[in-house]
Amino acid sequence: MTKPKPYMNPYLAGFLLGLVLLATIYISGRGLGASGAFKSVVIASVETFAPQHAENTAFYTGFAKDNPGGPWKNFLVFEVIGVIIGGFFSGVIGNRVGLKLEKGPRVTNTLRVVTAILGGALFGFGSQVGRGCTSGAALSGMAVLSLGGILTMAAIFGAAYGLAYFFRKLWLK
Amino acid sequence: MGPLVPYIISEEFGLVIALAIGVAFGFVLEQAGFSTTKKLVGLFYGYDFTVLRVFFTAGVTAMAGVLLLGHFGLLDTSVIYVNPAFINSALIGGAIMGVGFIIGGFCPGTSVCAMAIGKLDALAFVGGSILGVFAFIEGFPLLEKMYHANNLGQIKISEYFGMSDILFGFLLAAVAVAAFIATWYIENRVNKRKNVLEPGMKNKYALAIATLFVVLGIVAFLPGKEDIINMQIAKAKRQQSCVFKEIPADKLADDIVNNFYALNVIDVRPAEAYEEWHLPMAINIPFDQMLERQNKAIFNQKLRTNIFYADDDTLVRMACLKAKFAGDSENMILSESAEEFRKLFFEPEIPEAGSGKQLLNIYNYRTNAARKMLEMEAAMKSRSAPVKREVVTVRGGC
Repeated sequence: MTKPKPYMNPYLAGFLLGLVLLATIYISGRGLGASGAFKSVVIASVETFAPQHAENTAFYTGFAKDNPGGPWKNFLVFEVIGVIIGGFFSGVIGNRVGLKLEKGPRVTNTLRVVTAILGGALFGFGSQVGRGCTSGAALSGMAVLSLGGILTMAAIFGAAYGLAYFFRKLWLK
Repeated sequence: MGPLVPYIISEEFGLVIALAIGVAFGFVLEQAGFSTTKKLVGLFYGYDFTVLRVFFTAGVTAMAGVLLLGHFGLLDTSVIYVNPAFINSALIGGAIMGVGFIIGGFCPGTSVCAMAIGKLDALAFVGGSILGVFAFIEGFPLLEKMYHANNLGQIKISEYFGMSDILFGFLLAAVAVAAFIATWYIENRVNKRKNVLEPGMKNKYALAIATLFVVLGIVAFLPGKEDIINMQIAKAKRQQSCVFKEIPADKLADDIVNNFYALNVIDVRPAEAYEEWHLPMAINIPFDQMLERQNKAIFNQKLRTNIFYADDDTLVRMACLKAKFAGDSENMILSESAEEFRKLFFEPEIPEAGSGKQLLNIYNYRTNAARKMLEMEAAMKSRSAPVKREVVTVRGGC
């Protein structure tokens, strides 16, 4: 296998990402996002596998009322499908595609999977509480100078920095 | 004028565009190195500040772009989605996300991107996220109170601190540049590297920073689209050079009755005055709201003549000029004021006995026209007004 190519200059990547975000705002009036697609997956799954539960729970009926096209007909769902395509394409160009469990040098495979699931669960839960994740609230919020988005951003990075020391064994030598 | 959805691009086609945007988003994330936890958590241990660089550069670029497009009237910044500020949930949710970030090593967007190139830890993270969202939805009744507490609405940080958007833009840009420089020194120290830039990069970075501040400077110091229109209005008024096409009340009444399809009768007074009384068939576009997006179509068409009226002469002339500079359409003003029109047609003086036949004819014509106009208005009520468009605010969020 050939060696992975180096990553793009971060400022250039940031500039391009900024243009993508600007185009999104110009076209749709809203920013980028990711966690909203997870919500659609959850809602569609519950509606498929436990339709009775979905009919009797206020959150699902409320979502169905606000989204008459169903959970899949959603800007963020299509956007995240695009992220998968675009990410894969870039990985192919950069020779970075391949099944791999990436982890810190002192971490076992099991621990890495458990922490990834746990971290994901916290992030997923938090993104719903905070009405958006790093892309939907923090990044898009910064572009439109949203107070709520910038507060969320401060809280995300504040908490991660504050706790980084305690979780250093997960990541460092 | 943006946003293009839903007036110019339909919601459905918007989804196709969402896919294209996602492809670009995913491509850039992966190119930047966001598909590996090594780079992502490097931010928190000081050995790799790529995330901060990409993230801040993107935020500042998009912000400068939004300010620039808004300034020149290409983007209606009053309708774009500003994440609402629910203080409690923003801070609590953000803190929970921060914990998830340092434990899991990804955030939702980056995990999807990493999953796409085969990272199994990212796959586990995505699975965990879905469980977390499910837990939130199922637990929502317990969280509802906190979720809705302390709502400041769709407020901008600049509004909150009482400063202009552009001033905050300058501050954010300055903070970003300072952070880039500071983290460069920190990163070099942690990795025991020398503080040397690659050759040729110094000039490029300087150019990039200069461009950013020039763009912000343009927004701050050059007149925007609205300023230009207002200046033109003021100038034309001063010079009295503009010739207004006027339409007298009797002619307008005749046109309303017989040629309604060929005109828009536009009341530029405030909404309250319009509600109180307005010309039959007139629509209300208050002077201040003429440049708003939903009214754009009216001032850019060749099918109907726009006829403006108000209570005072200056306002109606300024409205006509504004329409002329903002768009491309046939514009006229009513010679009489709204009040005079009302008196002429709806409270006509009954001619005294023995007055000339001409006065009697005019009286008959006006009462007849008034009756017909009201009949038409009643008949048209069942149809939706053809040119008035509703304001659509953008919904968003994760």
